[in-house]
Amino acid sequence: MSLLIDPEIAARVDRLELPFNAYGVDPYGASKKHLARLFTAFRFLYRHYFTVGVEGIEHVPARGRAMLVGNHSGGIAIDGAMVITSCFFELEPPRLAQGMAEKFMAQTPFMGLLATRSGQLTGLVETAEHLLHDDRLLMIFPEGARGTAKLYPERNTLVHFGSGFMRLAMKTRTPIIPFGFVGGGEAIPTIANSYALGKLFGAPYVPITPWGVALPAPVRLELTYSAPMRFEGTGTEEDEVIEGYVEQVKQRIAGLIEEGRERRRKALAWSRGAEDEGRLEGEPDGTKEEQR
Amino acid sequence: MRVLIPGISGVLGQRVARRLLEQGHEVIGIDRRPWHDAPAGIELHNVDIRKRAAEDVFRKKRPQAVIHMATVTHLVEKTAERYKINLGGTRAVFEHCRDWGVEHAIFVGRHTYYGAAADSPLYHKEEDPPMAVTTFPELSDLVAADLYACTALWRLPNLCTTVLRMVYTLGPTGHGTLATFLRGRHVPMVLGFDPLFHFMHEEDVTTAICLALEKRVQGVYNVAGPQPVPLSVVVRGTGRSPIPLPEIAFRAALGRFGLPRLPPGALAHIKYPVVVDSEAFRAATGFVHQVDEVRAMQEYRDAFPVRG
Repeated sequence: MSLLIDPEIAARVDRLELPFNAYGVDPYGASKKHLARLFTAFRFLYRHYFTVGVEGIEHVPARGRAMLVGNHSGGIAIDGAMVITSCFFELEPPRLAQGMAEKFMAQTPFMGLLATRSGQLTGLVETAEHLLHDDRLLMIFPEGARGTAKLYPERNTLVHFGSGFMRLAMKTRTPIIPFGFVGGGEAIPTIANSYALGKLFGAPYVPITPWGVALPAPVRLELTYSAPMRFEGTGTEEDEVIEGYVEQVKQRIAGLIEEGRERRRKALAWSRGAEDEGRLEGEPDGTKEEQR
Repeated sequence: MRVLIPGISGVLGQRVARRLLEQGHEVIGIDRRPWHDAPAGIELHNVDIRKRAAEDVFRKKRPQAVIHMATVTHLVEKTAERYKINLGGTRAVFEHCRDWGVEHAIFVGRHTYYGAAADSPLYHKEEDPPMAVTTFPELSDLVAADLYACTALWRLPNLCTTVLRMVYTLGPTGHGTLATFLRGRHVPMVLGFDPLFHFMHEEDVTTAICLALEKRVQGVYNVAGPQPVPLSVVVRGTGRSPIPLPEIAFRAALGRFGLPRLPPGALAHIKYPVVVDSEAFRAATGFVHQVDEVRAMQEYRDAFPVRG
């Protein structure tokens, strides 16, 4: 098992500022060993399989409670995985972003266990509040499962945002760091969601891609963080007020998605240009990236 | 202070009694079970808490405080009998407290009150509802006793009531649900699940109960010591080996092959965590645990080594 752990990454896990006990387990069940294994695998995805462009990571505070709030991109959680990985590798000291998983994960053997051991807990307001109380870094996708259900043509749009995160942020005085994620829809171009298959696996649905299963393609991903947004209040305000604040965050994220798309276009144009220079004429050139 | 302890002959009852005696309190006990080597200073009454003779102890002795520990935890008692002991006994204790001028009553309950489920939050707060009723129906009498004790908070305004929800006990006496579950060489687990288990050393349990008495805190409090650890760590830390079984095999194997017997509802408690937030109790009493999770497991392992 230790073969799957890069010693360099294990050393980085040691630098996480979390109260691990003598067995390397933190009070929420995250384990150093699992984290090291997870980040060894994720680093490959992050650095080699995908190409991940990250902007604005300096907006994520080094310490103290904070909430990363962004859009879902792609039918399975590569967006969350890459956000967590960016916080682990790009921040000094590294930080563990903790997401709120769907409840079905906890009921599925191994899945819930793997999630918990890597600090990803079942999505509950009580747990989220406790994490913030402990000055953790929370990762939230206010679109929820609706967001991962986006089909390929809808990949850069936003669906309805829940407002629970805003009330919680206000109640706990937590800064919100919006992020925009681009490219997940290209990695997993969902052509349909099978709710029947989902039932079989105990998940809400299973995304279907042109190549059948939801294995992500090695494409370029863009992750853009923006400056923190703070909302004053107690979190008990009327729905209209809260919705207005949520809309502000949603607009900011929509802007970040546009920034990401622009960077992605440029990066792909540049790499295509570079490829063109070295290429013999007449060769077909038809990557999926060009469609956009 | 004159302290009456119903359920004094239990492992925790004895420890609390000795500690209070050392602290200079006058200790009186009620229990159906005998306590053979009880210290001389402790006055024992061999009666059932639900019977008339128990009320006579209240009447004659007029205790200032009562620590109610006469609840049955182990799941071997038949449900109807347990219901009578746990709920009937708790009712009797609070009625006698009301009638005989007791100033402070402490109900020693359990954190399993909250129940384990896939969607139960980590770190339950005291206001969380008792999900054990649905996830673990066999525990419903303990949940009922806990809630009944809580009603004393508004029904009996002259009585200071403390309801403690203690995490599992683990230590050299081998007392408690978790300790019993861990007794064999092999401990069954449900394949693909490894929940956090919250436990504390019996010394700390004793300290916490005595502190609740000393500080006379009113209200409902979760009581926990060190942070929870995954079940697999508890199993290995106590020198046992985990046997992960698929859920179907797990149900079939319980009670056989030297594995512990468990009621069906207990399965949820081996798949999902029950973890509590004890911040309020620490703030109210200044409680600090002395024994960490590593030493608690070691002491249990030393006291109950695996044979062979």
